Amino acid sequence: MLTTLRLTALLAGLAMAGLLGACATASPTASSKSAAKALPLGSDSGGDATTEPAPFASTYKPLPSQLTAIVGAHILTATGQDIETGTLVMDEGKIVAVGKDVPVPMGAKVINAKGLWLTPGIIDSHSHLGVYASPGVQAHSDGNEATDPNTANVWAEHSVWPQDPGFNRARAGGVTTLQILPGSANLFGGRSVTLKNVPSVTTQGMKFPDAPYGLKMACGENPKRVYGHKGRAPSTRMGNVAGYRSAWIAAASYKRKWEDYRAKIANGEEADRPERDLTNDTLSGVLAGEILVQNHCYRADEMATMIDISKEFGFKISMFHHSSEAYKIADLLAREGICYATWADWAGFKLESYDGIAENAAIGQRKGACVVIHSDDPIMAQHLNQEAAIAMAAGNRLGLAITRAEAISWITANPAKAMGIGDKTGSLGVGKNADFVLWSGDPFSVYSTANQVFIDGAKVYDRKDPHFQAQSDFELGQPGEGVHP
Amino acid sequence: MNRRILLAAASALSLIAAPALALAQSLAIIHAHILSQGPAGEIASGTVLIKDGKITGLGANLAVPNGMRVIDAAGQIVTPGLILPSSSLGVSEVDQVEETRDDGAGDRMGAAFDVQYGVNADSALIPLARLGGVTRAVITPVLGRGGEGAHKDDGSDDFSGSAQDGKASLFAGQIAAASLASGSRSPVFKARIGMALDLGEAGADYAGGSRGAAFVLLKSALDDARHYAKTRKGFDTGASRPYPYSREDMEALVPVAEGRVPLLVRVHKASDILQVLKLAQEQKLKLILEGAEEGWRVADAIAKAGVPVLVDAQADLPGSFETLGSSLENAGRLNAAGVLIAIMGSRDYTNLRQGRFNAGTVVSYGLPYSAALASITINPAKIWGLADKIGSLEPGKDADLVIWSGDPLEVTSYATAVIIQGQDQPMTSRSLELAKRYRPGADTDYPPAYR
Repeated sequence: MLTTLRLTALLAGLAMAGLLGACATASPTASSKSAAKALPLGSDSGGDATTEPAPFASTYKPLPSQLTAIVGAHILTATGQDIETGTLVMDEGKIVAVGKDVPVPMGAKVINAKGLWLTPGIIDSHSHLGVYASPGVQAHSDGNEATDPNTANVWAEHSVWPQDPGFNRARAGGVTTLQILPGSANLFGGRSVTLKNVPSVTTQGMKFPDAPYGLKMACGENPKRVYGHKGRAPSTRMGNVAGYRSAWIAAASYKRKWEDYRAKIANGEEADRPERDLTNDTLSGVLAGEILVQNHCYRADEMATMIDISKEFGFKISMFHHSSEAYKIADLLAREGICYATWADWAGFKLESYDGIAENAAIGQRKGACVVIHSDDPIMAQHLNQEAAIAMAAGNRLGLAITRAEAISWITANPAKAMGIGDKTGSLGVGKNADFVLWSGDPFSVYSTANQVFIDGAKVYDRKDPHFQAQSDFELGQPGEGVHP
Repeated sequence: MNRRILLAAASALSLIAAPALALAQSLAIIHAHILSQGPAGEIASGTVLIKDGKITGLGANLAVPNGMRVIDAAGQIVTPGLILPSSSLGVSEVDQVEETRDDGAGDRMGAAFDVQYGVNADSALIPLARLGGVTRAVITPVLGRGGEGAHKDDGSDDFSGSAQDGKASLFAGQIAAASLASGSRSPVFKARIGMALDLGEAGADYAGGSRGAAFVLLKSALDDARHYAKTRKGFDTGASRPYPYSREDMEALVPVAEGRVPLLVRVHKASDILQVLKLAQEQKLKLILEGAEEGWRVADAIAKAGVPVLVDAQADLPGSFETLGSSLENAGRLNAAGVLIAIMGSRDYTNLRQGRFNAGTVVSYGLPYSAALASITINPAKIWGLADKIGSLEPGKDADLVIWSGDPLEVTSYATAVIIQGQDQPMTSRSLELAKRYRPGADTDYPPAYR
């Protein structure tokens, strides 16, 4: 715990170093005469996206694991390799070796995976599990704070119900990591949270340690419909854009105020501390590059507009979501280094999704873009491997020759990258978290199921062993108890 | 381009023989791996003979008559055309664009609502569904205008007022069956093949909030319909007792109440299913269940009643308090109990392709492969009383068939040829045209609009 003494020193130290959020270096012996007046950290850390210690910090602890070798599996590494018969070795929750001719270390537990396929754990980069939990009654409708077009102040994790049975179903479908997003009613929907798909009584117990936050933004029909119906702005797409720009102007001003304040304090000058504002905390965190923009946006023209807005205000869009028309601007997205997440062929349910095509992912893959397949749906989340297969097959029918080694990255390495955790998970490389799935067969087959799922080296699901089939408190004693292998 | 030439050719032909869409064509498909879904069973390598839109022969060692056009399927799997057992195809183009929705009566009408009149032969979704091997679709109205399972990309809330507003009746309306044949001016080939009704939470909602009221209203409507049938004259002269429904509604309900036309009941939890079975037995109704997520818990009772079930096989979440028992094993357990099942997708756009993938998915959850394939071909035909014409490859039936690139239930397989009533269907769609326009290498000096 930081003492109030340390806090003041910390703020000064941060300003001098020009770093926001890197506080681990604060000296415990630092002293300050003004200590008595300092406020608790939460009242005092404006403009700092990643206050330390972070509020609502992760309490996640990996479940027990041991030195293990998975031998004989068909491995898709999501780093481009397709190893027909290979071995993966993990120790202390990390991958320590993967390849064709990897020796089994002394003392390792051996899992014979002959005939099985091994892929990284599936990452669903667009999920509303927990915030729109099952059963989907009004009491569980916690995903859209549809009371203002800018609710960058809300955090999805404060709506997550960790007992949502959907988490367990998704795990049985191989999903090891999820980005839980607020809904898309608002221009700025709030912060997303990245979760490890482990059962936990608290949301903090699922939070992916050191994963950056995301900011949910939404283009197009939803914000203008929601607020247009309320008789207020935005009611048009141009109103949407005015709303984004006004908010970024305010955020830049807020950021500058805190920077000026800290510079003055660092120089030993007197200065009034600006008032902290949660909305601008988040937006200035984006401007500082610490929070990743996750932008719901269907149409090609709107994505191009959003890119221009990001340039106008100096931030980066990490990923477009839904992106039904991304294939029309795949070159632009590749050039800008912006990922796009889409479905295999879910389209036409609203006009801005009317041009969605099954070849969307494959065209982007061939044009060098970072392509992601997401669910946005608690049923589809359980079958993301099938979605990737459908998108791959559509591309191949068009002659684009997409391989399994490529398509697996759509639901593993690429979403990890877009969520800022690609250095930790999403691919089977040495040093990465041992997050992976053992499939009953080719994961691009409709008949294959996730047989075993591992997170940080710990078995979290086993289709054949009820001891590893977690069940939500909600489902105990209900008709559905025990019917989900 | 090819498509335009084909259309031009087609219109030139139509000048010569305008009304005869099904020209006297004959066709032989040879070397096919036939999964007939009929008495012929599986034929590892066989021939299908087609003449004048009908199947005329099927077998391993059939001679191909002279002059027949021949398609060499070279070991590819051939199945009957797929049948969507419950869909909004042709009556709902863009779910969230109100003007394109003709799948519900809103607040003006109930049982009398007749979905057949709104079926749009030019729907861009029809070619898309056809590319997925679908040749026929049963079009079932929805209560109000809220498409069940319609995707809400804003995370399930509906902000613009409820799509379920304005229910005039417990009944959603009358069901039709349509062909997906290209160029057809009248896709509906059989209308009024059933009556759709929502019970459970949706029905209770209409009835003031509780199931007890909904069941009473349903019984009363059926009683009224029978009374009306006996006293039509009295209705005209004002001598009959008053009914809460219009004359048109009563007319539509008579064949249902008399057990001649099936009542499709959307119902979910086990206790509701049992109530519906009991009611149908008492009233001698012909019943079909849709949804039935907890059907597996009362599978023996459903089987005993001989009632078929349309299931969305993927539904395995307790999405509401009436689906707490949802399971991926539902389809397999119902089938094992002897229930005739048809598998559907969700109702929106994805419905077009999801049926066969749903069937494939639950093969790993207890449904035998043969039953899975039957659940999207012959079973929906049997359930809707269409099996005399479609649903299997049998001599005398309509020549609706699909040649597949691989296993028809597999996510990486697709149709390489689709034939409806003996006619080759164009293998393109609006989506495919978009894909071709934007495919890598398609770029020119001019904008895509010129391609």
